[in-house]
Amino acid sequence: MNANESLSRVGPVLRTRGLEKEYGRGEGLVHALNAVELEVASGETLAVMGPSGCGKSTLLHLLGGLERPSAGEVWLAGERIDQLSEKALARLRRRAIGFVFQAFHLMDELTAVENVELPALLAGRSPRAARRRAVELLERVGLTDRAKHLPSALSGGERQRVAIARALSNEPLVVLADEPTGNLDSAATLDVLRLLDGLRSSGQTLLIVTHDSRIAATADRLISMRDGAFVEETRLTHGTTGRLAELAGLEG
Amino acid sequence: MPEAADVSIQEPTHGYQLRVVQEVLLALLAKEASHGYELRARLQLALGPLAEALNAGHVYVTLNRLEKAGLVTSERVGQTDRPDRKVYVLTDAGHARVIEWLEDTSWPKPAPAEFHLKLVAAAAAGLGDPVRLVDMQRHALLAGLAAAQRAALAEPDGSVAGLLLEGVVLRLQADLRWLEACARYWNETRG
Repeated sequence: MNANESLSRVGPVLRTRGLEKEYGRGEGLVHALNAVELEVASGETLAVMGPSGCGKSTLLHLLGGLERPSAGEVWLAGERIDQLSEKALARLRRRAIGFVFQAFHLMDELTAVENVELPALLAGRSPRAARRRAVELLERVGLTDRAKHLPSALSGGERQRVAIARALSNEPLVVLADEPTGNLDSAATLDVLRLLDGLRSSGQTLLIVTHDSRIAATADRLISMRDGAFVEETRLTHGTTGRLAELAGLEG
Repeated sequence: MPEAADVSIQEPTHGYQLRVVQEVLLALLAKEASHGYELRARLQLALGPLAEALNAGHVYVTLNRLEKAGLVTSERVGQTDRPDRKVYVLTDAGHARVIEWLEDTSWPKPAPAEFHLKLVAAAAAGLGDPVRLVDMQRHALLAGLAAAQRAALAEPDGSVAGLLLEGVVLRLQADLRWLEACARYWNETRG
């Protein structure tokens, strides 16, 4: 059904080669990203952690085509995207990438269901199909009874769940989430955590930039960044209970 | 912790903390006499997925040792269709021990001192980059957090074992926050 079928579904969903990003010039030159090589497999959930200013948000912006690299390449589903025209890039972002931001970025004057259906409408779906999809997605994030509410009538956690539903509107190849729980209290964080864990289980390719260790721990793979480069990588395999017993103080 | 002079138990198999098991078995027997099988089932319920680390032998070995130490006694109860069952009963000494254990406020030792000194020593000797050691440690704890969190998410609402897993998650989060502070400090120090 979807416009992303023209893009390759074999090979990594996202791939970078020698990715560099610099800001400023002369004395003020900052290397935000330094020779980053990344591959995200289809269906994989990857968490990127690091202190503020380490380059993790810059990486997400380059992967999502929100900024262009100073050097290097970004590939999405077999297509090189860093040299696309602004127009082609905007179109690709709409149909193939779902964004989730710390500050939600919902349209204040639209209801929850209208926010969720908007990307589908912009991608050319019929109003009826877009609404049906939006209703399904709100149910998936547990907000059916909030569909007609404006964002101002929703809690922070509910707003972020609407934003996640919106990110899924066009069945994106990848969801890019930038500090999705950065503005949330611990109860709302737990709701978003369950939702992200559900997305992972359902095989949605997902890249999460976060400093929240619980959110990072939902991932299949974890990368730490420091000073614009990857410094540590771990596959968070499904834990053995033996290790859990040790952590719980049963073994030692 | 009270002195364990009356019962000294060697750890018989792969490092399982028998001390915990022995005190819990005594406490479970404080309510009523019970069979090894029932005691094991109650431990399993409390531990949920963590009970995998507890094999049947742990419970029976521990009960034998508690009996030798005079904290429990046992009697055989005949069954018509099966072999006799051993029923364990708490003694007065066992009861006193349970009360001591319940009221003891000692807490498992926190780990920071050794890791802190490791970083100080690594930096002083130029043996390794403390920031790198912190990153490695963070990833090891995050792998543990991932395991605990997935197990916690898999527990049904209201599960008592879920409460234990939440404790594991929260302690790891606290350790991870401290490691962030370590990373900041040593990152600035190396300039």
